[in-house]
Amino acid sequence: MNSVVCIKRVPETAEATLKIAPDGKKLEEENLVFSLNDADNYALEQALLLQEEFDGDVTVISVGPPETDEIIRMALAKGATNAIRIHHDDISKLDANAVASLLAEQIKDLDYDVVFTGAFASDDAFSLVGTMLAEKLEITHITMAIEMKQDDEDEAEISRELEGGLIAKYRIKFPAVITVQTGMNEPRYASILGIKRASQKEVDVVDDPTIPENKVQLEKISYPPEGKKAEILSGTPEETSSRLAEILKQKGII
Amino acid sequence: MNKDIFVVIEHRQERIADVSYELLTKGYQIAEKLGGEVIAVLLADDGDQMAQSLKSYADKVLYIRNEIFKNLHSEYYCDALSSIIGERKPALILFGHTVDSFEVAPALAEQLEIPIISNCVDFDIDGDFVRATVPLYGGKINGEYSFNAENGGIISVIPGAVKVENPQKSGEIEKIEFTFEKEYDDKEFIEFIEAAAGEIDITQAEKIVAIGRGVKDEENIDMIKDFADSIGAVLACSRPIVDAGWLPKERQVGSSGKTVKPKLYIALGISGAFQHISGIKSDTIIAVNKDPNAPIFKVAHYGIVDDVFKIIPALKAKIEEMK
Repeated sequence: MNSVVCIKRVPETAEATLKIAPDGKKLEEENLVFSLNDADNYALEQALLLQEEFDGDVTVISVGPPETDEIIRMALAKGATNAIRIHHDDISKLDANAVASLLAEQIKDLDYDVVFTGAFASDDAFSLVGTMLAEKLEITHITMAIEMKQDDEDEAEISRELEGGLIAKYRIKFPAVITVQTGMNEPRYASILGIKRASQKEVDVVDDPTIPENKVQLEKISYPPEGKKAEILSGTPEETSSRLAEILKQKGII
Repeated sequence: MNKDIFVVIEHRQERIADVSYELLTKGYQIAEKLGGEVIAVLLADDGDQMAQSLKSYADKVLYIRNEIFKNLHSEYYCDALSSIIGERKPALILFGHTVDSFEVAPALAEQLEIPIISNCVDFDIDGDFVRATVPLYGGKINGEYSFNAENGGIISVIPGAVKVENPQKSGEIEKIEFTFEKEYDDKEFIEFIEAAAGEIDITQAEKIVAIGRGVKDEENIDMIKDFADSIGAVLACSRPIVDAGWLPKERQVGSSGKTVKPKLYIALGISGAFQHISGIKSDTIIAVNKDPNAPIFKVAHYGIVDDVFKIIPALKAKIEEMK
């Protein structure tokens, strides 16, 4: 059975100090490290696990500039068989509908059973593209998958992770779009041999796609208002921890 | 388009989600501006009681009944919503930004060919234009997005972003028995499975030491566990730690984990995305993080901008000295 995995290149921002670019619409990219979106990494792993069990192809697809090839090559190194990059200079200018349209335009002609993607991207956390893509492909979909059990190639049991850790179990028939929550599996690392092989594989580039009109505009990005803020204890670790210990004692917590 | 605001009510196991009341509250602010009404749209099977409890929050409760609405099935939900919205043409449709809306709202936007902004903390309407604020990059940056709402639009708002007020309305209930022309048999709900009870219940803990991405390595957890033990605190974490398999799911604080209410919450190397901080209800929150702009410092009462691995040993020693 064949899978398609939609992946996105995102900046690692959890511990980085972020700066807004002069155009006020995106981040300064200079000091940022980019990588494969976390949830997409789990989506890719799920496709690779299916491939191991049922054979078939795993096609990774992404929209973005040539730098996107880094995450595509990483996916190839892990075992993806085919790769498509839909060229766009600046994906911050595309809304979710445009991204889903660009993906659907390529995927509709592929021979696939499942389309996987991350349940959300770490940058905007919109959780829109997967479900929109299913509508455009006119197939069923399930979101926030945390477990997948499959006995044959035509259907699967999918557990969705709801709020508070509650699980809702569904049965779906393929073809389907499945959006994957982080933690669904244990994503593998690429082997040295895999990386070598991947460097020889071809990435199909769709050079000049028709860009659909945005329905939603990004006006600007800004630093969140200062608002309420913690009392910051400053000094050496000795000083700050000493002050903190006093505060905890005063409050009668320790 | 008329001027009404539709609020799609979320419910699970016969209980209405808190976010629905938040949306009704927000809906009022917007409807007042537009001069329209707030309509609670309840798709349910056995929903009479739920409809009653919505009455005081809405100008009208539109109760659409069919057995299939007992549990979420997005195709049927969208079918019914498309048809009702197509007929009544509300100005805006509001959803909670929840796991169930991920499955329904974007599909509905496609079917109705209208714009959608999801993951908002706030929004407003100005003429035909809707502007919404979306936390980006785990809350470190705000994005301002807009769409033209001439033909309607969908907004999904993060749970916990709006403070609920009861406007004490007495909305009438309009009940519609909905029938489907199409069958969707490629997806079927099977069952709910409650999260397994773990060895420890963090929701009952009086003191919590929580770790996030900033702990870097599984080996570093022992040192923090020692510190937690020394002050009688329970060890908890944010989602990435569970995803990495370093701590079990039952230790996770946040919207997809547990809501905790300890007297003391110490967040170590946690940046503080909305999904995590929505699970913390504590009078004393302390954060240690290397990034001075980490959103966790907005909810913390005291903060230290430094390396967790320098602070924790020093803090442990200080507290021991005091004993």
